[in-house]
Amino acid sequence: MAETNRQVICSVLMEKAKTDKDIVVLCSDSRGSASLTPFAREYPEQFVEMGIAEQNLVSVAAGMASAGKKAFAASPASFLSTRSYEQCKVDVAYNDSNVKLIGISGGVSYGALGMTHHSCQDIAAMASLPGMRVYLPSDRFLTRKLMEALTDDGKPAYIRVSRQATDDVYDENLSFTMDKAQLISLGHDVEIVACGDMVPNAVGAAAILREQGIDAGVIDMYCLKPYDKETLLQAAEQTKLIVTAEEHDPFGGLGAMTAQILSAEHPMRVLELALPDEHLVAGTNKDIFRHYGLDAAGIAKRTAEALAE
Amino acid sequence: MKKIYSAAELEHIANERRKDVIEMLYRSSAGHVGGDMSVMEILTTLYYRVMNVGADKMHDPDRDRFVLSKGHCADALYTILGDLGYFDKEDLMKHFSSYGSIFIGHPNTDVPGIEVNGGSLGHGLAVGTGMAIAGKMDKKDYRVYVVLGDGEMAEGSNYEAMMAAAQYHLDNLCATVDLNGLQISGTTDEVMSTRDMKTKFEAFNWNVIEVADGNDPEELLSAYELASKFKGRPTAVIAHTVKGKGISYMENQASWHHGVMTEDQFKEAEKEIAEEIENG
Repeated sequence: MAETNRQVICSVLMEKAKTDKDIVVLCSDSRGSASLTPFAREYPEQFVEMGIAEQNLVSVAAGMASAGKKAFAASPASFLSTRSYEQCKVDVAYNDSNVKLIGISGGVSYGALGMTHHSCQDIAAMASLPGMRVYLPSDRFLTRKLMEALTDDGKPAYIRVSRQATDDVYDENLSFTMDKAQLISLGHDVEIVACGDMVPNAVGAAAILREQGIDAGVIDMYCLKPYDKETLLQAAEQTKLIVTAEEHDPFGGLGAMTAQILSAEHPMRVLELALPDEHLVAGTNKDIFRHYGLDAAGIAKRTAEALAE
Repeated sequence: MKKIYSAAELEHIANERRKDVIEMLYRSSAGHVGGDMSVMEILTTLYYRVMNVGADKMHDPDRDRFVLSKGHCADALYTILGDLGYFDKEDLMKHFSSYGSIFIGHPNTDVPGIEVNGGSLGHGLAVGTGMAIAGKMDKKDYRVYVVLGDGEMAEGSNYEAMMAAAQYHLDNLCATVDLNGLQISGTTDEVMSTRDMKTKFEAFNWNVIEVADGNDPEELLSAYELASKFKGRPTAVIAHTVKGKGISYMENQASWHHGVMTEDQFKEAEKEIAEEIENG
């Protein structure tokens, strides 16, 4: 079983905490679900348990950052991004606090636990806060690179990862530049722009499309904000259709951001694939992706249909 | 060497700042005058005597930290910071709440001396809790002071912070509740009762000191002295104050939460404060 992104985050924080005593991790009775139990065990002096109180989690993290700490506040993405939204806005973003908000079990990771535990509004919510950066890394290799970069900067950010292990997209030799999207491949017929767990599905969809004679490429837009316009426009110049795929509702997420940029700088057709604006069906995250046409086969099918129109 | 002000001198300073506040608010037709008046002795006692702070140590890692959770009373805080040389007070008096000014209606870090942006109620105690946890981690001696309004105590986030501060034995944290019994729509009893504040804090395992006259620096000094010596738990100072204190027509009137003075009212307020300073 591949390492989950949650586990990768814990590993990176433990490596950094060895030499940097200012790194602190805060949880809301979520150390287990965040895979941060090893950190709490190894570095109890740098771990702060806040109990089931997400608003307090975020404000306390900001207070600690104000006193010089590098705070990582980890909680299920659903609660972190909406229950404590005002704390994220005021205490983290407005204060430009050195707080990294780690949204674990994001999107529909919690599957059949239902809508209370889903976070399909977090990209829109967090990206609309001035100064808040938003990252949805795809696989474990990218998550590691991203976390290594984030532990060394002093600014706020929201990071969403899945509960399940994300299928590998890269390997140890991944070349990474902060805030630069991963251009996995260029497609002359269609370019699929994806983030988070949708990236492996997009890669799968591109393979299916290529078998059908459609030249499809994939961009991993893990950096939703600041969005890497340059890579998007580079692909847009060379393709007929841009498709976006995201584990988010249809408003204010990757699709909306991508269409906004293209409408201003390179008007062209965009097919936005997202979860629908409705109460979602129950199931595992993979069931839910398949149901809404967000698995590799669904993305390929809808892309081919759009190209045929 | 920092001058040690007596209680009488602190009262005099508080009235001088009242004068600044009403002039500034009259000029700008803005602000929250009622709460500024009630919290004035609390802020004066903390800034001029109790806290280890100063314009020369704004970035000193060992300075005490202050968070004005009832951020709408930034007006009062700004006049104090201006008087203490954190910035040019004249700049504040001229530009408070005006276009492009750093002196906006709630504390913001563009103003020298302000530790954190704030103003949305129910945030300060939690942020202060974070500062105090960090202080303990770093084995620093600094103390963290948070000032809350009593109307603000209806915000549930305060109780999350109270729980955590006790859990972490934050005896370096001192919260003061400026309990004037009034909020924007009427008395706190009518709007949302925050009675038995002492019992509430005690239930969360805080040390509580009640101050019968929270507009008396002498009583406040004794409370803060006790608070600084208390070990093992955070301390709440419940200060019973008078909203609009010092201006007869404003005292205990909820309508003066953010009322704007007419010219006659301004002159009357000026006169009453001047008399108080003279007789002080």
